[in-house]
Amino acid sequence: MSRTHFYGTLVGKKVVVAVSGVILFGFLLGHMTGNIKVFLGDEANGVPKIDVYGYFLRTMGEPIFSYGQMLWIVRIVLITALLAHVVTVILLAVHNRNARPVRYAQTKRIAATPSARFMMWSGLFILAFVIFHILHLTTGSLDPKHFVQDRVYGNLYRAFHNGGFVVIYVTAMVFLALHLYHGIWSLFQTLGLDNPDRNKRLRMFAALATLALLLGFASVPLGMFLGDMPEPPNPANLPPPYGGR
Amino acid sequence: MKFRLNVWRQGSEQEKGSMQSCELDEVSSDMSFLEMLDYLNETLISKGEEPIAFDSDCREGVCGMCSLVINGQAHGPMKATTTCQTYMRLFPDGSEITIEPWRAGAFPVLRDLIVNRSSFDRIMQAGGYITVHSGPKPEPNSVPINQQVAEESLDAAVCIGCGACVAACPNGSAMLYTAAKVSHFALLPQGQAERTDRALAMVDQMQTEGFGSCRNYAECEAACPKAISINFIGQLNREYIRATAKPCNARGQMHAQ
Repeated sequence: MSRTHFYGTLVGKKVVVAVSGVILFGFLLGHMTGNIKVFLGDEANGVPKIDVYGYFLRTMGEPIFSYGQMLWIVRIVLITALLAHVVTVILLAVHNRNARPVRYAQTKRIAATPSARFMMWSGLFILAFVIFHILHLTTGSLDPKHFVQDRVYGNLYRAFHNGGFVVIYVTAMVFLALHLYHGIWSLFQTLGLDNPDRNKRLRMFAALATLALLLGFASVPLGMFLGDMPEPPNPANLPPPYGGR
Repeated sequence: MKFRLNVWRQGSEQEKGSMQSCELDEVSSDMSFLEMLDYLNETLISKGEEPIAFDSDCREGVCGMCSLVINGQAHGPMKATTTCQTYMRLFPDGSEITIEPWRAGAFPVLRDLIVNRSSFDRIMQAGGYITVHSGPKPEPNSVPINQQVAEESLDAAVCIGCGACVAACPNGSAMLYTAAKVSHFALLPQGQAERTDRALAMVDQMQTEGFGSCRNYAECEAACPKAISINFIGQLNREYIRATAKPCNARGQMHAQ
């Protein structure tokens, strides 16, 4: 019997998409919970809690790992997962396109949710947004005038007092939610973890997780823009390592 | 009833087909969709034109021979119903009806609305069987099966192999068909010997035939004339992952040395 390599098969490829999707979903959960620290205010010494969290991300794993090393390990895992996710989906999409060489004159979709139908488009938009987001708030190269390395709260405060950025971020989160609603449910099916008794609850879980991520992520730009958030502290008044460098 | 029909016409597998339209009057609302096509063919023949080729056999919804994508839906608008059990009263009088063959690279059009579904047979040949000895049969009740498990297996076994799942899938995937066949055997004690090899071989063959991959749209489930659930696709994925993680040829080494 000819048996192709696991990744060579359609089911194997889908498993890779699902597993990398789980990794990215886990990252989103962590990222979102980290983000809402914006609303927790400052530590007793006047440092915004989100800045402390940002510093923690760079110093975690010390003294086994040096400054920023553990963060880079996580980043490499995430980049690998993202590449596996995107490349595999493209390979599958090419295969699927060839599976129907002659198109229908008329098609009527009755079961597929909009979320399922526009996975490729929402995914593409999210990919573009991820690149934009890294250039904007990780490297700061998109808007260097308003970006200071490691001053997380201040950077967010300045970025989201610009309505243009708020619109881009909130729109991206709507696309993310569209992608996740199908993706989260779908991964259970692909990994064979679904079950008639569980299916309704899995759909519910996908909907709730999507909603939580959408609200959690969107709350930061919207809260900064619409809410009455305190101004970022003057770095000169902060203790090291949070103060001026 | 009067209809305007847009039908796919294609002389042979090699020819390039096209949609052609015609008017059909005096259709009875009690005609089945296939009877309407019979009637259309009679009028075509009496005019000296070539009749439309389409598949049909039992015309009672159990053989899986009829096909047709009607107004963009495999087996027409009625849920859990084959084309032959679809009646003209479902369509508004004077409406336009588009009739196309199943569209998939693995289902080449032979003529007009007839497609070659041999690819399904080859998936079945790859692993859709069980080992039974050719001697006297054991007493059936000697292998007890939980009633619920037997019912679940039968839910998969109702697949008539019509190919509507492939026709309805935006990706032209045969996952529901393959899943129904794999699950049907995997759930029963008689199917255990080839369980792992079956999942691997049938998925492999499905891909070789050029069917697409599953993106969990659930369009197949909605189009299936036997309403087979996509839960079986989950079962197939489970079987496949299990088979790759722990391949085992429980049937034994029966190959000639």
